[in-house]
Amino acid sequence: MDTQRDVLDLLCENARYDTADIARQLGAPEEEVAAAIDALESDGAIRGYQAVVDWESVAEERVRAFVECNVTLDRETGYDDIAARLVKFDEVRTLRLVSGDYDFALTVEADSMSELSRFVSEQIAPVPEVTQTVTHFIMESYKEAGIEFGDGHDDDRLSVTP
Amino acid sequence: MNEGTDRGGPIQLAERVRRVPPSGIRRFFELAEEMDDVISLGVGEPDFTAPWRARQAAIESLERGRTSYTANRGTRELREAVAADCRERYGLDYDPHEEVLVTAGASEGIDLAFRALVDPGDTVAVAQPSYVSYVPGVVFAGGEVLPVPTRVEDDFALTPEVLAEAGAEEADALVMCYPNNPTGATLTREQVAAVADFAREHDLAVLADEIYSELTYEGEHVSVATLEGMRERTIVFNGFSKAYAMTGLRLGYALGPAEAIGAMNRVHQYTMLSAPTTAQHAALTAIEECGDEVVEMRRQYDRRRKFVLARFEEMGIDCFEATGAFYVFPECPWDDADAFAEALLEAESVAMVPGKAFGAGGEGHLRASYATGFDDLREAMDRIERFVG
Repeated sequence: MDTQRDVLDLLCENARYDTADIARQLGAPEEEVAAAIDALESDGAIRGYQAVVDWESVAEERVRAFVECNVTLDRETGYDDIAARLVKFDEVRTLRLVSGDYDFALTVEADSMSELSRFVSEQIAPVPEVTQTVTHFIMESYKEAGIEFGDGHDDDRLSVTP
Repeated sequence: MNEGTDRGGPIQLAERVRRVPPSGIRRFFELAEEMDDVISLGVGEPDFTAPWRARQAAIESLERGRTSYTANRGTRELREAVAADCRERYGLDYDPHEEVLVTAGASEGIDLAFRALVDPGDTVAVAQPSYVSYVPGVVFAGGEVLPVPTRVEDDFALTPEVLAEAGAEEADALVMCYPNNPTGATLTREQVAAVADFAREHDLAVLADEIYSELTYEGEHVSVATLEGMRERTIVFNGFSKAYAMTGLRLGYALGPAEAIGAMNRVHQYTMLSAPTTAQHAALTAIEECGDEVVEMRRQYDRRRKFVLARFEEMGIDCFEATGAFYVFPECPWDDADAFAEALLEAESVAMVPGKAFGAGGEGHLRASYATGFDDLREAMDRIERFVG
């Protein structure tokens, strides 16, 4: 059994599984599971644990957008250098270098549309290597981190069946 | 039909129907239905939804107006796919035109077999605990039921010893279901071979309900029809409900010798005519394209199985190591399992089905299905632990 892989699968499914529950599901000793988690954390394979939130269902407004970002490179400045600068902003929730029509794909989060727009125009666009940004506001989220949103708790099966 | 007798009015119930009592779980079901927020471990169907591609195939079939009957035996494509799947998994060859019958769920196939093969007075041995429909099915066909109770000390395996103890050598047919509902028991190759020897020696037809075959967690599923001399005396029932989470689409199939399948089809063509057309399109896609989803569902069930077994063990509740289906069959901590199940339902809103609903050998046990989401499963186990505390 590849305990580390199995543990990762379960934590990706639900990071709140406690060690004992993971051990029970894998039929593995709890100490082995605890050691696997420790190793995954200390190796940097597990970088953190976060909730997957459907912000539509909570009162507090969160505005998110995808930002396409084109950059220009020179001998002294590569993608990693630009990325190192962009990741420092708290508003930037994800940052990926992608193939295709633009270079970086950012997910940006703020409390309001105006705040988010201001962040892109005043913090991202002025970065010297950034040549263009295109902002797509997220209107609705249907699925995130493999989890479908909406009312997914309907279990209309009969409570007792043969 | 009798008319105007003292049994009240012109509509008289047939004797064979009156012989069959209401389902043993009906009262319990009614209790559970009256309550809110019940966490049910009493559900005998997957909590997953059918694979999206299979659902899409159903939708497309409707969009294209495929709303007519199919051939009585099922669409040629589906029968061929079923035969190919069976060949690949078990090395068993069935002629898709003569030896495969597509039915409205495996349940219909089993009923057809009873009606096609059982004459009044014939005896059908039924390995128990078992799915609740076998006994009524035999009775509706006019046959006599011979219960064959399996034992927890044998891990609920069907053995020549329990068959002999029950007097099954005198029976005409044997019904067996492995992986088993309600115990979760599976059979090893040696155990299946021993049953096959008994069946051959005493000339029993075998009706093998293998609807849970894809949900085998340890070892391999051995179809009894694969053993020497068994193909010609066995009808295998399988379907899409459990493996592909397609219970509501009602689609199963029967595999067997041409004569038996032909006889079953004769009953089928005068009752059901053909299995649901839309479901047959979904099933074809499921069997051809959705193997990965089956593997993933099995993996999830297996984790829950281990979890539930571990929790019962920690509670000090004896529970044999179920290795198939999605049930465990713990021993009841109280003398009266009915009373326990009702008290647990009332006190903690957790539903488990008393084992005696599943016939001989089920007394003193409870059936717990782990076909429910992990969070609910964990909460249910916490509540049971508190209840037995």
